[in-house]
Amino acid sequence: MWSLAEIVRSCADTGLSFPETVMARDSERSGMDPRSIREIMDSRLVDMERSVKEALSGDPRGKFVGGDAALMGAYGAGHTPLSGTFAVEASRIALAVSTYNASMGRIVAAPTAGSCGILPGMLFGFGSAYPAPRERLVEALTVAGGIGQVIARRATLAGATGGCQAECGAAAAMGASALVFLQGGSPEAISHAAALTIKSIMGLVCDPVAGLVEIPCVKRNGSLVALGAICADMALAGIRSAIPPDEVIDAMRSVGHSLPESLRETGTGGIAATPTGIRMKEALL
Amino acid sequence: MRLIDVIGPVMIGPSSSHTAGAARLGGLARRIWGKPVSRVAIFLRGSFAATYKGHGTDLALVGGLAGMLPDDPRIRDSFREAKDAGICWEMKSETVDGAHPNSVRFLFSDDSGEEMEIIGSSIGGGAVVLTGIDGFSLKLSGELAAIVTFHRDEPGVVAAVGGALSKAGRNIASLNLHRQGRGGNAAMVIELDDRDIDGLEPLIKATHPAITRVLAIPGGGEN
Ligand code: SF4
Repeated sequence: MWSLAEIVRSCADTGLSFPETVMARDSERSGMDPRSIREIMDSRLVDMERSVKEALSGDPRGKFVGGDAALMGAYGAGHTPLSGTFAVEASRIALAVSTYNASMGRIVAAPTAGSCGILPGMLFGFGSAYPAPRERLVEALTVAGGIGQVIARRATLAGATGGCQAECGAAAAMGASALVFLQGGSPEAISHAAALTIKSIMGLVCDPVAGLVEIPCVKRNGSLVALGAICADMALAGIRSAIPPDEVIDAMRSVGHSLPESLRETGTGGIAATPTGIRMKEALL
Repeated sequence: MRLIDVIGPVMIGPSSSHTAGAARLGGLARRIWGKPVSRVAIFLRGSFAATYKGHGTDLALVGGLAGMLPDDPRIRDSFREAKDAGICWEMKSETVDGAHPNSVRFLFSDDSGEEMEIIGSSIGGGAVVLTGIDGFSLKLSGELAAIVTFHRDEPGVVAAVGGALSKAGRNIASLNLHRQGRGGNAAMVIELDDRDIDGLEPLIKATHPAITRVLAIPGGGEN
């Protein structure tokens, strides 16, 4: 069964950690041996790190977006940010990588290309604040992947099916769980960090201007890292979702199904349908 | 969904369906055509036609046709490399009733007079499916190596092909039969666990007189 409750139970029964349990279950289902899964996850982290480096070293531009990461960097260097240095650094990385994606950069879809800045922002934002051994980060990425697998199975990871809650929302939930793991939280806390995040992005629509993965996608990457971080802190503080995590994911699925087509990646509703959004689209053609 | 598909693929942005999927479709069409691409007409359908410029769908399709994988940075400048490789292409849009929202039709041709039509769709997350070859409806993902047979619908074809594969020591991962009515034309798609498809084309062709044509298609070669 694809269920967070089962992963948590299995951790308790076997004494394995959350990422070990995710890895074992994935190996069982995919038929791949755990060594090669681990190797590929390791190479995904390498590719992710490379996307961060490439994104920050240039000044990537999309058709509409560009320059936000540099602004965030300058602000972070000159101020004590309200939302904390971790959140601002994670946001800077997320903005950079997701802008790099818009510029045809080479990224890791995690879980999708539109949300590809969120996990790098949270993982490498963490890594710069609290130096962690590389294996820990691979394990954290595995935790994130395990959460994503359950969301994929019980709901969806496609904006065209479930709205942006399924892309940027899911990425933030995956990242929240990864952060709880990195901070030594229990399997239960890991699963609740995801649930707390999903409850806050429930119903988030997919409404890209001109149908391009740029507006509002890049800024959602830059802000949802902070939502994920605060949900990780809530879970680490002992706060639990009153509704069990699996039920929260199921609710996200039915909300996704009730979104009209105009709010599922067609670029015809929400932000895309504002007068300015329509003007931008027309200027592009 | 496997762990490495949730965290992945590694790809050139900006869109898994419009960029990574397009590169995969180009690559799969090239593998089915089976020889260096010289002339190809590319017909964009649905949202491929509507948003190809902003998503680099055109660059990705041509990159795939030139042999680039979805994570190959050369996709950004694929037109130049494709021209250098001697590929001539033209890109058009077409409207087809009932077509998948993200789909494309390739029409290959070369100086020997050979032609081939291939239709495929990008179905989300970078995954693709081929839905037609030369007027035959079928389904092929291209992740694994595959054999496609075109044959008359007669008893014994499936058994003959299955037997030949088993004698050759190949394990079948999936088998799908697509026929256009009883006793009419049929196509069979067989996905193989083994990447090695050398020599399978003549072998399968000789197994049954009803088989008119066989394609042996290498697998995708990506993670
Ligand atoms: S708004 Fe739509 S296209 Fe943009 S990141 Fe969200 S789901 Fe993807």
